[in-house]
Amino acid sequence: MTALSGFLLSQWYDLRDLGNPVRALIDWINGWGDGTTFHWVGYIVAGLIGAAAIGLFLGIAMLSLIWIERKAVSRIQIRYGPNRTGPFGLLQPVADALKLMQKEALTPLAGDKIVFWLAPVVIFIPTLLVFGVLPFGPKMTAANISVAVLYIVAIGSATPLVIFMAGWSSNNKYSLLGAMRGIAMAISYEIPMVLSLLGVVLFTGHMDLNGIVQWQQKYHVWLIVLQPLAALTYFISASAELNRTPTDIAEAESEIVAGYHTEYSGMKFGLFYAVELGNALAVSGIWATLFFGGWWLFGLDRWIPAWLIFLGKMYILYGALIITRGTLPRLRIDQLLDFAWKFLLPLALVNVLVVALEVTIWQENGISAGIVLPVFAVVNILLSVVLVVGYVQSFGFARRQRPRRARLITDTLAAMPQ
Amino acid sequence: MTIQTEPFIVNIGPQHPSTHGVFRMRVVLDGEKIIDADMVVGYLHRSLEKLAEERTYTQNIPFTDRMDYLSAMSNNLGYCMAVEKLAGIRVPERGQYLRVIMAELQRIANHSMAIGTFINDCGAWQTPLMWMFAEREKILDLFEMTCGARLTCNYMRIGGVAFDIPDEFLPAVNGLLDDLPRKIDEYEKMLMENEILIARARGVGTIPRDLAISASLTGPMIRGCGIPFDIRKADPYAVYDRFDFAIPVGENGDSYDRFLVRMAELRESVKILKQAVPALPGGPYKVDVPLSIRPPIGDAYARVESPKGELGYYIVSDGGTAPYRFHVRAPSYINLSVLREMVIGASVADSIVSLGSIDIVIGEVDR
Repeated sequence: MTALSGFLLSQWYDLRDLGNPVRALIDWINGWGDGTTFHWVGYIVAGLIGAAAIGLFLGIAMLSLIWIERKAVSRIQIRYGPNRTGPFGLLQPVADALKLMQKEALTPLAGDKIVFWLAPVVIFIPTLLVFGVLPFGPKMTAANISVAVLYIVAIGSATPLVIFMAGWSSNNKYSLLGAMRGIAMAISYEIPMVLSLLGVVLFTGHMDLNGIVQWQQKYHVWLIVLQPLAALTYFISASAELNRTPTDIAEAESEIVAGYHTEYSGMKFGLFYAVELGNALAVSGIWATLFFGGWWLFGLDRWIPAWLIFLGKMYILYGALIITRGTLPRLRIDQLLDFAWKFLLPLALVNVLVVALEVTIWQENGISAGIVLPVFAVVNILLSVVLVVGYVQSFGFARRQRPRRARLITDTLAAMPQ
Repeated sequence: MTIQTEPFIVNIGPQHPSTHGVFRMRVVLDGEKIIDADMVVGYLHRSLEKLAEERTYTQNIPFTDRMDYLSAMSNNLGYCMAVEKLAGIRVPERGQYLRVIMAELQRIANHSMAIGTFINDCGAWQTPLMWMFAEREKILDLFEMTCGARLTCNYMRIGGVAFDIPDEFLPAVNGLLDDLPRKIDEYEKMLMENEILIARARGVGTIPRDLAISASLTGPMIRGCGIPFDIRKADPYAVYDRFDFAIPVGENGDSYDRFLVRMAELRESVKILKQAVPALPGGPYKVDVPLSIRPPIGDAYARVESPKGELGYYIVSDGGTAPYRFHVRAPSYINLSVLREMVIGASVADSIVSLGSIDIVIGEVDR
């Protein structure tokens, strides 16, 4: 009891770490009896609280994302967006969710009913699991596992399976086409994504996300400065799997209606929709953690709550996803796969090579980080600019090839082919 | 060992987000590649040509609005010209100029819509469509100001136009004309230099030049192939011969060229409007024609360059108050006839781009 009262009086109200009250509670539980018998209760309670916190956060985040996304895209499209339900349309996500819940959830007669029912439930799991390892603060990780990067990759590769479950069980041709496209894309983009993560792991020597953040804190630098290539390839390849516009071939609305979730209606569709937003948020969270310092912000994290910094970064980076969605048309599937194999993969490989060289130079010669890191930063930024610009110049769809404007003819009779 | 696979038959449409209504394409797929395609039309058939035989010539004008409902003014114009040709009616100057102004405004509105939906079919998430809608709205406001309707205008009459323009029309149209070139620049910057759009549309749905001629394609479809065929130049009607404008043509006849042609036609329409609006003469805007006009026995064919191509009306009169035969040469329908050649061998994604680049309106295809 003294432990709890000590916590209550000293720091449980310290909102810079929302884990403090929970830790106080766990300490109190652990102190039951003779101080050892009831540790299992503490484990269970800690797990339940962590899961509940992540679930609650995801729920609120998805509702907010629906509003932010709709509003931001409307602004891009010279519209107002939702502005009738509540102030500034803030209640629109609630209205959307209520509407979806009321709608009848149809099941195709010829479909595989169990798998059809299972797919929207299962697709939620990877999203939920990814948020479990994201460090919201120095001590605010639901599950601080030492191989978090590997874990994220492994969890992420479960999503294509669920997409195929949904596509196959619907017994709909559009769904099947969408599922096949989704899998082809996921497999291609997994490789550059893993390679870009490998660069980070090599450089920092950490596989747990909190370790990577602390590394950035220790050397006082964001990893995007040191590894712009990895940041670029990770962003493109991870966002490719999100089914958002430049790469939404798996549910290409204008081609295959809604892809793998064509047959879903009601809240089952709502789950797919929510998972898409959740995955996008997860990607921006991982991006923020790996390349933008996570909860660390040049010492400001001592005054501002760390979780607020992390949330801010996550939402700002999510803005990048909204802008790409609002501005770019969709690529065809072969162009998309070409892009993964011919652009992203070479870039990611070059990055791994350069990073491995740099780490070797740094560690074998024992040069101090103050000298070596600025040099690496300059070299890597220059290298990435040269590579990207060179690639676009030599392999891009050259503008000089053909006229970009229609030819204007005034004397039509003379110009008529004979 | 070879794996036996069955062809995969997919119905694209009639209920599909990008079939522009209720067009249906039954495609046989090998993976993503289309090996055969079958076009089915007729889901919106309202038998307008037959209905027209039961009504007077004036009563038929609203039917023409409902064929190509995205360019109602051009449809009105073609029909009225055919009846005037049959009955030998001369339209006063002011009426002619108003017709040209309205038809060109309609062309801008229609091409805005065509470009927007085309890029939507390429997979953009509504943004270009919404941007284009902003311009189209202003033009529809002008129509509303003049004749009270935005979509189905019913503005042209046999012998002129239904109403004179209101006082606030000219300032509004001048403001629009000052504004439009800047907007078109903006759209060109956003769309024409977009690498993804170039990658998606170049070389997709290419029509060989001889096929374009033998299939009697018209409008941006044939101009995209490099043939400067435009009724406004080839067979000038109304007062088009008084204006200085050019006909934009493409090079290869692919979807991207058709898109470029439409973009350039926006500018040319602005050019025509900038000449026509200041030159608008005074005087009567229509001649008095009896409501149940009885043209002499005979037939007449009048054609206009609607935004989608050559829109022709063939009318046979038996001397009564209703046409004996009323036939429409609908550009959407005839342009659609080459879709099979365009999509075979392409992927599903490309077929949607090809279809979008034709710019069809099902109301006109099925009539």
